[in-house]
Amino acid sequence: MASAPLVSSPAATLPLAIDALVKRFGAVTAVAGVSLEVRPGECLGLLGPNGAGKTTVIRATVGRVIPDSGRISIFGFAAGSADARAALGWVSQDLALYPRLTCKENLEAFGRYHGLGGRQLAASVAWCLDWAALTDRAGDLAGKLSGGMKRRLNMAAGLIQRPRLVLMDEPTVGVDPQSRNRIFEMIEALRAAGTSVVYTTHYMEEAERLCDRIAIIDHGRIVALGTKEQLVHDAFASRSQVLVRFVGSSPETAAWAQSRGGRMVSETAEFSIERPTEIAAILDSVATQAFELADVSLRRPNLESVFLHLTGRELRE
Amino acid sequence: MILPIIRTAIVSLRRDRAALALSFLLPIAFFSLFAIIFGGQHNSTPKVTVLLVDQDQSTASRELVQGLQHERSLVVRTSPQTNAKTPLPDYTAATAEAAVKSGDAPVALIIPKGWGQSPIGFGNDRAGPAIQLLNDASDNIAPQIVMGMLQKTVMTSMPAAMAEQGVKYTDRFIGGLTPEQRKTMDANLDRLRQLQSGGATGDVSSSDNAGGGFIAVNARAVVGENKSSPMISYYSAAIGVMFLLFTASGAAGSLLDESDSGTLDRVLSSHVTMTALLAGKVLYNTIIAFLQLTVMFLWGWAVFHLDLFSHIPGFIVMGVCTAFAVAAFGMLLASICHTRAQLGAVSTLLILMMSCIGGSMFPRFLMPAAMQKAGLFTINAWAIDGFTKVFWRDLPVSALWPQVSVLLAVALVLFVVARRIARRWEFA
Repeated sequence: MASAPLVSSPAATLPLAIDALVKRFGAVTAVAGVSLEVRPGECLGLLGPNGAGKTTVIRATVGRVIPDSGRISIFGFAAGSADARAALGWVSQDLALYPRLTCKENLEAFGRYHGLGGRQLAASVAWCLDWAALTDRAGDLAGKLSGGMKRRLNMAAGLIQRPRLVLMDEPTVGVDPQSRNRIFEMIEALRAAGTSVVYTTHYMEEAERLCDRIAIIDHGRIVALGTKEQLVHDAFASRSQVLVRFVGSSPETAAWAQSRGGRMVSETAEFSIERPTEIAAILDSVATQAFELADVSLRRPNLESVFLHLTGRELRE
Repeated sequence: MILPIIRTAIVSLRRDRAALALSFLLPIAFFSLFAIIFGGQHNSTPKVTVLLVDQDQSTASRELVQGLQHERSLVVRTSPQTNAKTPLPDYTAATAEAAVKSGDAPVALIIPKGWGQSPIGFGNDRAGPAIQLLNDASDNIAPQIVMGMLQKTVMTSMPAAMAEQGVKYTDRFIGGLTPEQRKTMDANLDRLRQLQSGGATGDVSSSDNAGGGFIAVNARAVVGENKSSPMISYYSAAIGVMFLLFTASGAAGSLLDESDSGTLDRVLSSHVTMTALLAGKVLYNTIIAFLQLTVMFLWGWAVFHLDLFSHIPGFIVMGVCTAFAVAAFGMLLASICHTRAQLGAVSTLLILMMSCIGGSMFPRFLMPAAMQKAGLFTINAWAIDGFTKVFWRDLPVSALWPQVSVLLAVALVLFVVARRIARRWEFA
């Protein structure tokens, strides 16, 4: 059933527009006013620690979570509407497959659930098998596939209706490096065909490799949004980071790091400096305190640094 | 190393509340059910319903009817039950036989005309016509009870008839009474009749005296007389329904598996609605349940000579309705439960209780009246009644309307409730 576009241009042309999304589960506010847009052909990374609200945003976009307030449109159609469902693909964290069906049968089943049939279904199944490099495994039971193959089939099942926007919720969880590279190639092929992607992950290197822009979400809010370069510049400008690692950590080292404007992460004190000459002053202070030093390094800030700077937590926490 | 294993098992059991409850509640529940059914906890032993037709209308026949009506173990009906103010006409031999055939009562007694002339006899010395006992062969206990009660009633409710017959035998075997003896005997018999009509013989049901063979009875099975295996059709349905309930609940549990694996989320994010999903699953489970029944009845036909092929229309109607009802029941359980473990515990408890009360484990006519009525709240009872009508009573499909109506209504209600509860999966 066709539904009227929620808004007229330019929002109607955007693959995804989320405006002031709020969702509470009892006393817990999972999403507290998230707003973001995905542009045509863009891959937007959604980064955040566990419990930050990433999955709730994704599930609200799919229509599986009803927001308390706010609005979500997919190519101008309200989330959950028939048009939105047709235009939207969803690759969840779970291996949402029928284990006793073959790869081909799984894809056919999900294709039929989306209303496909006949040649259109056959063509879509063939494309998905080829895209996921599973054509030679089409007759194998899904439950018997390796972990990496199951992940690829899971991704293919989310794309069976050939959507223009795909939501990928941590699709590489539990996947070995070789299979992860294969998945990256699949996503890059998808993007080359003009498909827009929203990609949530715990892995900075995945976001840096795949995403045009990155939104960092924490405690249900978007705390930063932009390209990697923009995020680093906004957080650190031209400053660099000095990492001072000690042999063991103690309350004294933490207090010392804090007194000099830095912070302790595990056994390492992190400082942001404008000029390399500031390193000498830090090392002098370490010597004065008589802390046992393991090593010292200087680095340009990266997404991990930005995330830590903005949230005070590591991404994998 | 054994103690840590025991400790781990205890902690696991304590955390799995459904399994914990099942471990202790199920035995208690079943013990209580069996105690109620067989232990006579509520002093409600099963009564046998007897349809009585008095064609004779003699003094002796009326005394017999009155005596039987006083028996606590019998429910004597001389006319069909009705809620209307005007009572229905009394049973005739034909309508009583039809009522036994249709399952209204397991036994009918017909006191033929002329029976009162010579109601009692000993051995082969019986002059008058015999009482007709019509029975349903599926219940082989009821006619035995009625037969015994007949003999008892003669002893306790008809002393005058007993004495009169005794005098006749005395007269015959000692060479005849003198006129004076006969006059004295007649006077005493009249006094005995007056005492009897005045109720001086006491409460018949309190007497433990039971004789045998005073009344000639011709017993005839009007239902199932030509069936080679009387209880095969009963247990085909009874056991079939119980296992259908188990398999339907297990199959409906796929909904929980799909919820756990995330497949349900994926399906519901497509064009498939929750209503369509549940309807599809119920339909699938209905087909599977019907096929199971078919296989079971085919096995009954092949191995136990169940007359399946003479009853195909009735089997299909009852099979489809039963399969639909059990499928909807399974879907309701799956929608209520949150895990497979819960579903296993709840379905085991409910299905065994339903099967116990509903007649899948032993016939309902053996249960107290209250339990028989409670059985009407189970799918088992209605399904078994329907299959019994088809295979035992050879009734036409049109006679199945009460069972069909109830099973379809139950199925629809259960499905609607299941759909309502399944809303929890639709959106967060």
